Amino acid sequence: MTPLSALIRRDIKIALRVGGGALIGVLFFLTVVVLMPFAVGPDLALLSRLGPAILWLGALLASLLTLDRLFMSDHEDGSLDLITMSRTPLELACAAKALAHWLAAGLPLIVATPVLGLLLNLDMVATGAVALTLLAGTPALTFTGMIGAALAVTLHRGGLLMAVLVLPLSIPVLIFGVAASQAAIVGPMTFGAPFSILCALSLVSLVIGPFAAAASLKHGLD
Amino acid sequence: MQGKLQLSGRGVGCVRGGREVFSRLDFEATSGEVVAVVGRNGSGKTSLLRLIAGLLVPAGGTIVLEGGNPEMTLPEQCHYLGHRDALKPALTVAENLSFWADFLGGERADAAESLATVGLDHATHLPAGFLSAGQRRRLSLARLLTVRRPVWLLDEPTNALDVAGQDMFGSLMQQHLARGGMIIAATHGPLGVETRELRIGEMA
Repeated sequence: MTPLSALIRRDIKIALRVGGGALIGVLFFLTVVVLMPFAVGPDLALLSRLGPAILWLGALLASLLTLDRLFMSDHEDGSLDLITMSRTPLELACAAKALAHWLAAGLPLIVATPVLGLLLNLDMVATGAVALTLLAGTPALTFTGMIGAALAVTLHRGGLLMAVLVLPLSIPVLIFGVAASQAAIVGPMTFGAPFSILCALSLVSLVIGPFAAAASLKHGLD
Repeated sequence: MQGKLQLSGRGVGCVRGGREVFSRLDFEATSGEVVAVVGRNGSGKTSLLRLIAGLLVPAGGTIVLEGGNPEMTLPEQCHYLGHRDALKPALTVAENLSFWADFLGGERADAAESLATVGLDHATHLPAGFLSAGQRRRLSLARLLTVRRPVWLLDEPTNALDVAGQDMFGSLMQQHLARGGMIIAATHGPLGVETRELRIGEMA
């Protein structure tokens, strides 16, 4: 097995075991979306108009929930030392860890979306559009969030810093994610334009995230 | 395994948190040799090991390894056994070991055999979270055996090991030296093998 696939498999295994972070995110997502109709009231038209935004907001917060531990646990138990020393470039190791986090914590959110869409009075097309935008947009959340997770290790300040650093970076993703979903459901904008920008944001963060995170970890060698 | 190795540090300095820990430190180590880094608490024993492992940036000087694999950097040819065990409590003993074997790569020995050597063959399917401190240390030692690296950097390696464990570890070090490896260990107590002392910090 190659070093990177070993790292991905290990992180997914840990996330899925008891006490891992994967289920916490889905549970949080579920809670937010289930509570929303009670808060907004029984107005079905209003619910379906707010639906995509609620799903996106829930998914964003859920995917950031467990992200601050991405490097912290490896730092605390000394694994990060060995990862840094190994032949595998730190950038690739960071990318592998983020990919594992997305597979374990991001993908379940997308799978849960169709079920939760029912609670928000979204029809098949609308739910499909939201799920598709989440599929395209959540990698951007994970890979930009990774930068904050790396900084949290280096600067020895945990979750608060993460929220302050990462939330502004995730605003464009949220804007274009919701815009693309709305465009698919009510128009009048075309679905293609915001969706392409969303994909572009993901691709850019896929490139920048690992390098920024690795630079931060290397700088903070301690 | 390879030709004669020579690790040499010239004028190495270390600054931590604005405080100079040591400066202009010279040291040598060759194949088949154990260098015991001794000094009082806070004299920079761990820092020296982390400098060699590339986990700290030296404030000055150079550390080079001659005679090793020219395609690999010094840290890539080192095993670092620190205070922290690099074990995941959620994974089993066997999973922890096989992950590091896969991730670190290179020449390797049989993982099951290494676990038997360190006396953990009865616990391979136990999550590492249930291990005692001594057993965790033994599992870390199994990593050194499974993945072959010529240079071992050990930070107080006999911590938490019982008497039988220390004897076992002594013979593991002998085997490593016989294969042409070298060991640099920060320690307060005897290691059970012949060592050359490297004293750092001011004399008490």
